[in-house]
Amino acid sequence: MAEVTREVTYLEAIRQALIEEMDRDPAVLLIGEDIGVYGGAFKVTAGLLEHFGWERVIDTPISETGIVGAAVGMSYVGLRPVVEMQFMDFIACAFDQITNVAAKSHYRWGAPVPIVIRGPSGGGVHAGPFHSANPEMYFVHTPGLKVVCPATAYDAKGLLKSAIRDNNPVIFFEHKYLYRRIKEELPTEEYTVPLGKALVRRQGRDLTIVTYAAMVHVSLQAAEELAREGIEAEVVDLRTLLPLDRETVLESVRRTNKLLVVHEDTRTGGIAGEIAALVTESAFEELDGPIRRVTGLDTPVPFSPPLEDYFLPNASRVAAAARELAAF
Amino acid sequence: MAVEVIMPQMGESIFEGTVTKWLKKPGDKIERDEPLFEISTDKVDAEIPAPAAGVLTEIKVAEGQTVPIQTVVAVIDTAQGAAVIPVASAEAKKAATQPAKAANPAASTPAPVRPPAAAESADVEGEERSSPLVRRMAREHNVDLKGIKGTGAGGRISKKDIQAAIDGRAARGPAPAASEAMATEQSAPPAAIPRERIYFGRYEVQPMSIMRQRIAEHMTFSKRVSPHVYSIDEADMTRIVQLRADAGGEFTRRHETKLTFMPFFVRACVEALRAFPIVNASVDGANLVLHGEINIGIAVALDAGLIVPVLKNAEEKGFLGVQRAINDLAERARGKKLKPEEVHESTFSITNPGVFGGLMGLPIINQPNVAILAIGAIQKRPVVVDDEIAIRSMAYLTLSYDHRAVDGVTGHKFLAQIKRHLEGWSEELL
Repeated sequence: MAEVTREVTYLEAIRQALIEEMDRDPAVLLIGEDIGVYGGAFKVTAGLLEHFGWERVIDTPISETGIVGAAVGMSYVGLRPVVEMQFMDFIACAFDQITNVAAKSHYRWGAPVPIVIRGPSGGGVHAGPFHSANPEMYFVHTPGLKVVCPATAYDAKGLLKSAIRDNNPVIFFEHKYLYRRIKEELPTEEYTVPLGKALVRRQGRDLTIVTYAAMVHVSLQAAEELAREGIEAEVVDLRTLLPLDRETVLESVRRTNKLLVVHEDTRTGGIAGEIAALVTESAFEELDGPIRRVTGLDTPVPFSPPLEDYFLPNASRVAAAARELAAF
Repeated sequence: MAVEVIMPQMGESIFEGTVTKWLKKPGDKIERDEPLFEISTDKVDAEIPAPAAGVLTEIKVAEGQTVPIQTVVAVIDTAQGAAVIPVASAEAKKAATQPAKAANPAASTPAPVRPPAAAESADVEGEERSSPLVRRMAREHNVDLKGIKGTGAGGRISKKDIQAAIDGRAARGPAPAASEAMATEQSAPPAAIPRERIYFGRYEVQPMSIMRQRIAEHMTFSKRVSPHVYSIDEADMTRIVQLRADAGGEFTRRHETKLTFMPFFVRACVEALRAFPIVNASVDGANLVLHGEINIGIAVALDAGLIVPVLKNAEEKGFLGVQRAINDLAERARGKKLKPEEVHESTFSITNPGVFGGLMGLPIINQPNVAILAIGAIQKRPVVVDDEIAIRSMAYLTLSYDHRAVDGVTGHKFLAQIKRHLEGWSEELL
């Protein structure tokens, strides 16, 4: 039996994963902007410079492409760098290093690139269009990468540890809305969560809601609301977008015969479209209704709080779509 | 192309609606957005525009019938927009059934591009609407979909329906449609009084309209949850009556909208609600919810009921803005042209029995508000002014309020504030 300790936030769980992996393996190091002396924009790495020293907690100039380039180089000589993006919006600056160098290195030259690029993404904190984006799909479209989006503190820790131990470049999207809003008791003993495995967070017979990250909580809330009306929604947390756990999704749809995909990311080109295609290709004759989506709007994330609330999916929108689908 | 007209969802919690009137008949030409039919729902009565231009080929739901949202109520043929009327109707029907016919085994070989699913579906179904899953189950279990009554949206045969047919649990033949079942349930509220005490002698039974039923529910609910308490005051309206008489004509000329007494009361209420935020509130269990906006519901009498359109953000509007908005809402309320969102989210309400000659009213609170003001008739009465009897235009003001949230002292002070505002009216009208 796993012993439990005090409640730990999503953010604290990430810090624990970093510390444990750095303790376990001297090849693991951190690199990024303001992560050392300042402790990181969200204080994920606070205190780590003092503990591990400047050689393993490296502050850099403001150049995302330089940071990722350096990390790829370090990985070639046997190190396992964990890069922090101050905000995941800025990952676009390192797009070339990630998609052309890191992602193709093993394919082209047989040189694995065991790096993790992690940082805060997502909206709901009124941070405006340059500090709220969900840029995961650029990387889901890039073979050679892995893309991880944890929804709970337990998963954030377990998935990050797996990401650090993985020999492929992993893009690790933390959700900043969850950083200090959710807490849970974590096992004191060592654990990891495997990449590429989705989890059924709630069982239900009437429809399947596939989602990830902050929208897991929104969907669970909607499912509670629906349960009071007699509609039982199953909620599947993808946890990893690439590789996608097709089997768990298909298995659930084969049981409920109806599918709603919910994500905070914008609608066009979001993972919902990919999942809809997967299900119609592999389970068309299991469908008892159209595949529906509840997603962010096809706009940048607005700065104005009422507009941002309108942009983001919420429990009542998810419940309304589910209700309609259940009655179809 | 045949376009299906559906029963729209008029608000998030609405699941069914009644077609009250068709404004077109089959064969009529119709423009996009032209009013097609009128509906009545739990929340609002509305006129529904046509989703496409063309010819109305079929009406599937008769006037007076209540159906779930998303039900197909009519069909418009868009290809026949310009064609002659009676012919169009027949041709449209043919066009609608064309795909099924083409795939019939008796017809010539299907075109090679036809996707397999469509061909399969044609084997087992005619015009029944179902899903890929239902068609597969029908094939595997040798079930004819024709014999199954669909209970999904728009009469669609769902997994539940075919599973019931396979299990032999009825569903075959004319099972009661979901809408019928629901209607029966709703039209039979538990009667508190033995029936023999209601039906005696000569009588006529009139079914309540949807609106009547909703008013009954809402009022009963309000009396049950809110302990009502009443405060009564009286305002000297002489000055305002004079102002209105002097400025009314010019006001109408200048602003092309008529000057009524209502904006005076609304402005007075806004000031009072600002001074007493607890009156502009709702009760949620052990919480008092103080609203940031002042949205005033104004009861409007209709031929067979009433509706309470909401003047949103009254605190942001000047006198003219308030008057315009009230006239607009009242006019559209009577013409059944209110949008669903215009009857939601009131934070306080006003009712005006005075216009029908009522000396005073003791209204029921419009939930989830905590208070409602009733305005009595403005009439000349002898009153004592400076120890002399004078003739003044007086009106009784009644406040019904929820004692869970508001105590008597606040209720009386609130009314006194309204009275002061009206009697000392200082705002320019023109």
